[in-house]
Amino acid sequence: MEKLLDIRNLRTYFYTEDGVVPAVDGVSFYIKPGETLGVVGESGCGKSVTSISTLRLVPNPPGKIMEGSEIIFEGTDLLKLSEAEMRKIRGNKISMIFQEPMTSLNPVFRIGDQIAEVLLLHQGLNKAEAREKAIEMLKLVGIPRPEKVVDDYPHSLSGGMRQRVMIAMALACNPRLLIADEPTTALDVTVQAQILDLMNDLKKKVNAAVMLITHNLGVVAESCDRVVVMYAGKVVEEGDVYSIFEDPKHPYTVGLLKSMPSAVGGQDKLDSIPGVVPNPLNLPKGCRFAPRCNKAMDICREKQPGLTVLGEERTVRCFLYNREDGVK
Amino acid sequence: MAELKLNNNDAQIELAESAEYSDTIGKKLKIFWRRFRKNKLAVISLFMLIFLYMVAIFAPLIAPYDPDGTADDVMMADMAPSFHSYQSDVTGEMKTYAPNYFGRDELGRDVFSRCVYAGRISLTVGFVSVAIFITIGTVWGCIAGYYGGIVDNIMMRIVDAIMSIPTMPLLITVMALFKPSIYNVMIVLGLTGWTGIARFVRAEFLSLMKRDYVEAARCIGARDRRIIFSHVLPNAVAPIIVAATMGMASAILSESGLSFFGLGVQPPTASWGNMLMNAQELSTMVEAPWKAFYPGMLIFITVLSFNFVGDALRDALDPRLKQ
Amino acid sequence: MLKYTLKRILQAIPLLIIISILTYLIINLAPGDPTAFFINPEKASRLGPDYVANIKHHLGLDQPLHIRYFKWLGNVLRGDFGESFFEQRSVMSILWEALPNTIILSLVAELIALIVAIPAGIICALKRNSIWDYIFSTISFIGMSLPTFWFGLMLILVFSLKLGWLPTAGMRDNFDAFVFTDRLRHIILPAIVLGMGGMAANMRYMRGAMLEVIRQDYIRTARSKGLSEKVVIVKHALRNALIPIVTMFGFSIPALFSGAAITETIFAWPGVGRIAIEAVFSNDYPLVMGNFMIIAVMTVVGSLVADLLYAVVDPRIKYE
Repeated sequence: MEKLLDIRNLRTYFYTEDGVVPAVDGVSFYIKPGETLGVVGESGCGKSVTSISTLRLVPNPPGKIMEGSEIIFEGTDLLKLSEAEMRKIRGNKISMIFQEPMTSLNPVFRIGDQIAEVLLLHQGLNKAEAREKAIEMLKLVGIPRPEKVVDDYPHSLSGGMRQRVMIAMALACNPRLLIADEPTTALDVTVQAQILDLMNDLKKKVNAAVMLITHNLGVVAESCDRVVVMYAGKVVEEGDVYSIFEDPKHPYTVGLLKSMPSAVGGQDKLDSIPGVVPNPLNLPKGCRFAPRCNKAMDICREKQPGLTVLGEERTVRCFLYNREDGVK
Repeated sequence: MAELKLNNNDAQIELAESAEYSDTIGKKLKIFWRRFRKNKLAVISLFMLIFLYMVAIFAPLIAPYDPDGTADDVMMADMAPSFHSYQSDVTGEMKTYAPNYFGRDELGRDVFSRCVYAGRISLTVGFVSVAIFITIGTVWGCIAGYYGGIVDNIMMRIVDAIMSIPTMPLLITVMALFKPSIYNVMIVLGLTGWTGIARFVRAEFLSLMKRDYVEAARCIGARDRRIIFSHVLPNAVAPIIVAATMGMASAILSESGLSFFGLGVQPPTASWGNMLMNAQELSTMVEAPWKAFYPGMLIFITVLSFNFVGDALRDALDPRLKQ
Repeated sequence: MLKYTLKRILQAIPLLIIISILTYLIINLAPGDPTAFFINPEKASRLGPDYVANIKHHLGLDQPLHIRYFKWLGNVLRGDFGESFFEQRSVMSILWEALPNTIILSLVAELIALIVAIPAGIICALKRNSIWDYIFSTISFIGMSLPTFWFGLMLILVFSLKLGWLPTAGMRDNFDAFVFTDRLRHIILPAIVLGMGGMAANMRYMRGAMLEVIRQDYIRTARSKGLSEKVVIVKHALRNALIPIVTMFGFSIPALFSGAAITETIFAWPGVGRIAIEAVFSNDYPLVMGNFMIIAVMTVVGSLVADLLYAVVDPRIKYE
């Protein structure tokens, strides 16, 4: 199957007063049309920066997407497009939902106008048509009385409702790719499931691919086809959701899964990964996970591990596996 | 027994606090200075202010003439600035005169010497009136913020009312009624300038009273006054310092405004403001501009320096701007 | 909205009462003979002590302070501030004539201030720490630090006396008809002088507000929609950053009237500010008190308007 989005060797660095922070350091992965890819990791691992890099929205300064990075979307490298060409992609072919529904909508504009804005811009509708479409989108995302809500301001809606509005806005132009950056983290647990279901549902309807960024493995299990695990700016493991959950390879993935509460398991105690995420200004010389890894060997502290191909669509970045050279 | 236990608790908290303070205050100052230093204009302004205060303190050593001494001869009135000393026999005998760097005024007084001495007056007027309004504003804001309810309501309506009266006409009316003098200028500027401080001390109070550690202090039975002085006020110090710095600027400006109407510090005592009275006559502005130019520039530089320093202080002290 | 407006008007009443008490106390607690505040001293000396005593009784000046206050307040509520000592007409008619002049001057000053401050503040925020940021910031600090009258006189010196481009004083040369260019030429200098302080302050606020707003999540959302940077800034960011500026407008009204006192005096502009100063110097006490009350009412009305505007620009403000 052909790739919809192919990120190759993405490096996004931040130039701060205290030094250079390699927030994303050589990340490669791809998304196929219509599939949902989970990008998983602790906060600070670079997953959000990866997502805003894809839309070229990294604040510059201090951030910069480095030379040699490639973000190929439907065959064209987004990093080579002009700003005007890039604007035609944002909100149209690739759209985005953010973590904080409470602050992600502009407080001084009506909800309908905020949705209509993308339609006027990308679809060439007139005002009346855009308003009709906005109401339709609100209905689609399950907002009651859309004819009234279309004229409301964001402050009159709850967090869950606002996230529905964000989804309506993101899907208004039938995008090929929807990037969802922790879309449920800020919501109540009961609302989280509703929003996830809605996203999965709608994504099928409009046949969009989804890049779902989350630290919650439960969310991944529920919605994703494939998973990319990131740690300290690098992809450490990649695979389909079944093999990641059933047969995790990287010690970090193993740790993440162990720290996940299970509804069926009935464990007494949750494990947690010892230690903390390394300071991005002072990364370890070898494998970035080595200081926290219970299987670390001497070589892990000396050299950075390369990617080992374990099978079709299955890779890991760990010295435990690269001796057998791609087969296990 | 119960009371004894309480006191014991208090003492423990105090101990813990003082340890925490001594631990961080040096570090806090260091962080503060690092941030303040970034603003080059503010650093220059700070040195400028130190320089101006030095000049004011050592005025007798710097001024070549008696600031109130008129010239030996009417011919010396309105003499233009010069950097050369000169000789004259207007008094009958040959005398050597020090240079009049800023020229002489209409009574033949040396403008430079007057500017030097006037700095003492203007900076003092600023300092004293700011001290007065900081005190009133802080106390007023503390009482309103602490007691809340009807007390707060009445006190803040009074603040609103005073804020609704434009300062300049109010100052002028009060000065005209109470006869202008240097003391009245300081008192009146102090009595009219405190409303802003009262407002934010109260606001600070309301937000701080909700914090956990103040609630905790209340729970273990700390007294009102103790809470105010040991918990809330230290937190309000930073904004008060900023307001005081900006207040110096506005007090000096207000004094010069009053002086423009002849209601500021009264001659012959020189203040930068009343030296500017010369500027009222457009003809002197054309013929002898130095009489108004130099004191005007000194006011401007002083006020500008206070504003720059105040702004940099706010940036350096405001924890919200931490990135 | 109507309910909210009515509520704000009701809230303004105690404020005005406190202002009237303060005004009354300031004038009446001043050292000296209170008779002098109510009887034209010229008349008094001409007509002798019996007459003064008679008038005193007639005016109720022999009664205690609080009784006198309520009498005065009663008259004020009927719009009667008494007679001016020096102009033989009612205080109300003098102020009524001068007030529009001050309002026009203040509005033009505020307009000039905002026209300069808003774009400059935006540039400072967007190009933070650039050369433009430093230039505009320095200009705004200079604006804050100039003594008003000195700045005014310097402008007159340069633009009126040296260059001869603009008139030195007054509101018009043509007294027969309204000539727009004539009025415009006269208002430029005083409006610049009066607007200077507000311009400086608004530029700082605009810069701060804009810096705050462009960090917000909804700006990132706007960019992610594919909007151009111009639309993001001018539509999404500016609309939010203007909210604090509107609030500031309410606070700036007393400062405008305060500045008007000096500016109007320098430029001989026939407004309430100049009348206030002249009244103080000529001991025209009814005029002083009337002036204070009118200015206070204008300030309260101004903050009311600012509050309502605030509710218009920020949909989050509830009217209840």
